[in-house]
Amino acid sequence: MFRNKSGEFSWVDFTIDVLRVLIVLAVVVGAWNTLSSGRISLAQWVNLFAAGLSQGSIYALIALGYTLVYGILLMINFAHGEVFMAGAFSAFFLAEALNQTGFLNAQPILAILLLFMFAGLVSMTVAVLVERFAYRPLRGSPRLVPLITAIGASFFLQYTFRGLYGSHFKAYPQVQLLQGTLQLGDISIPVTQIFVFSSALVLMFGLHWLVERTRIGKAMRAVSENKEVARLMGIDIDWVILFTFGVGGFLAGSAGVINGLFRPQGVNFYMGFIPGIKAFTAAVLGGIGNIPGAMLGGLFLGVIEAIGPNLVLAGLGIPGANQLKDVIAFTMLVLVLIFRPQGILGERLSETKA
Amino acid sequence: MKKYLLLFTALSLLFAFSLPAMADGHCMDELGCVEVGQDDPIVIGALLTVSGATSFYGEDSRGGIEIAIDARDGMLLGREIELVVEDSLCSAEGGQATAQRAAADESIVGLIGTTCSGAAQGAMPIISEAGMLMISPSNTSPRLTNDDVDAGGTYYPGYFRTAHNDLFQGSMGARFAIEVLGAETAATIHDGDPYTEGLAVVMADTFAEMGGDVVFQGAVAKGDTDMTAILTEIAASGPDVIYFPVFTPESEFIASQARNTPGLEDAQLMVSDGSFSSSFAGNVGSGAVGIHMTSPYVAGEEYDAFLMTWDDLIGGSPPSGFHAHAYDAVNMLMDAVEAVAEEADDGSLMIGRQALRDAVSAIENYAGLTGTLTCQDESPYRGDCATGSALAVYEITQAEVDGAWPPAVVWDMSMAMGMDEG
Repeated sequence: MFRNKSGEFSWVDFTIDVLRVLIVLAVVVGAWNTLSSGRISLAQWVNLFAAGLSQGSIYALIALGYTLVYGILLMINFAHGEVFMAGAFSAFFLAEALNQTGFLNAQPILAILLLFMFAGLVSMTVAVLVERFAYRPLRGSPRLVPLITAIGASFFLQYTFRGLYGSHFKAYPQVQLLQGTLQLGDISIPVTQIFVFSSALVLMFGLHWLVERTRIGKAMRAVSENKEVARLMGIDIDWVILFTFGVGGFLAGSAGVINGLFRPQGVNFYMGFIPGIKAFTAAVLGGIGNIPGAMLGGLFLGVIEAIGPNLVLAGLGIPGANQLKDVIAFTMLVLVLIFRPQGILGERLSETKA
Repeated sequence: MKKYLLLFTALSLLFAFSLPAMADGHCMDELGCVEVGQDDPIVIGALLTVSGATSFYGEDSRGGIEIAIDARDGMLLGREIELVVEDSLCSAEGGQATAQRAAADESIVGLIGTTCSGAAQGAMPIISEAGMLMISPSNTSPRLTNDDVDAGGTYYPGYFRTAHNDLFQGSMGARFAIEVLGAETAATIHDGDPYTEGLAVVMADTFAEMGGDVVFQGAVAKGDTDMTAILTEIAASGPDVIYFPVFTPESEFIASQARNTPGLEDAQLMVSDGSFSSSFAGNVGSGAVGIHMTSPYVAGEEYDAFLMTWDDLIGGSPPSGFHAHAYDAVNMLMDAVEAVAEEADDGSLMIGRQALRDAVSAIENYAGLTGTLTCQDESPYRGDCATGSALAVYEITQAEVDGAWPPAVVWDMSMAMGMDEG
């Protein structure tokens, strides 16, 4: 401790070590205070955990889009939150129409599948168009250029939707099938949350199968490994990159529908911004470029956000603890960047990739 | 061309020098006078939020002002009325900058504004110093009419408002919760915005003063969608009523998720005017039935006529809830100008600045669109012209969830007064 690799005393290492100890201490003291006060029952902790997992699986689905693109192009696609918004927003209109005709509650499973397909396709189209027109012409330029372009694309998408549909907040209709709760002894878990978590799992397994078991998945892995060699092996790189954006877009669009069924309110042109930033945090948490990492990072972030304020901050006597939920999320980001820059599951990247 | 320019400069210099002398001759007002030349218009300034995310509030007030001016055919004391609108944004800096411009303009008789309480805090020191007056249609912060600096008061002479002080709305919420809902315990949630925080604090204080028990005071962040954590914490203390005067969509998330939180199934939910929008009930869904809202209450034939004029003149319907307050504010100002203006021998008008302040301050039982206005002079209500009579409690029913709007009024302050006596 307090020594750097060459064994000399270093103030930077010293500060970081002290920080490490302080954080562990704060977490332990806060958690101890809360748990010993018994303010929140076990059943309520389980509820918080379940809600955190559901929110986390939405983050995870969006985070996968960041990670897929980063894995293949080494760029952060900051317009990805808007790809999510595009799917969620468009599917809102379909959901509303299906609700008007009564189809939504007459054939809920079919209707939800329809919503998934629609939102997935819209988001996929948006993601692919952004890649084709905003990123491809800039491929090979310095890394800051596509980053700034991504931010521009993000604004473009936001204000296009605002222009098309106005700035009012809209809400998904209720699906009767998903109302109610599942009772397990003391613990009651809303059916929506079970639906959210399981459908996210299905999508993640689908992605895993796609990447690990199919030809195009193999091509994606090859391009991510080394673009030039992949090209020499006869892989159409442009097509693989476009496909990757499409897959990320489909997942984001599905996340949009899941989000709409889970938290129906708040549908507007700006709804992608915060989930986008959170999902980016989740991707970094898990190790950017790493697919299982993004899944794990998303779930982890969701749970920490749900439990952290009540467990740690309230225990430390901080007033208005729940207002500081985002502080927890972004503190996690800073901590990961300080202590484990490669993320939870990430491997140390070589100079060229980092 | 150059010659004319020179002549013009010389003339205007001469005019500028001669002005104080003329004013000395006629103006006896301690703060000086606004002099309106024979053919000059009467200038009314407006410091409103006309850009940015909250611009719809400013547009709303501006419409009210324009309709009031139009109702007089744009004329006051035989002169044209000129409206100068400046963008005061929604910040102290914006208020300060526009106040400086307004204070430098000698022709402005009075100001309507600002939209946001924060902007008023930046603007008022300058406006007060310049001897001007400002009537706000939408500031609601209790600080602005409180002259006790130790209590956070920032009152400056010359400040008036037709918007209701948060003290009214917050305490009304508390009274309703105790007297009508029979609540004994309450929880409040704000979102960090000074407006929502102020309302939550006033509600909690009044609730406690009236003998209730405030079991939880917490906050969420703007942009939060998942309210499970805070609702779980609230459920742990099991309050009878939850008051969350936050804006949409956060209030929508809280309302819909509260119904699914174990332990909160029977809690009464109350929101404020921040949620008073036609889409609130529909967005929350069936869980919205039974929610109570406190909000300004403007109704009656005159108001219906006002809405018709809005549709004719501006088109559509007002985007927010402060247009009637702006209409009343500018009418009060114009009436005061009419009352104090004196015509000089040369046909110009002399409007004493102190006299104008006194005239507005003396307004009593003024029949406005927003109800009866009486400007008060006692802290913490110095300059408050709205008495809270234009506030009411609304209850959402299934009809509103299905798209009807607005909901029916179930309670207002006159009922509270009645209960006081009884």
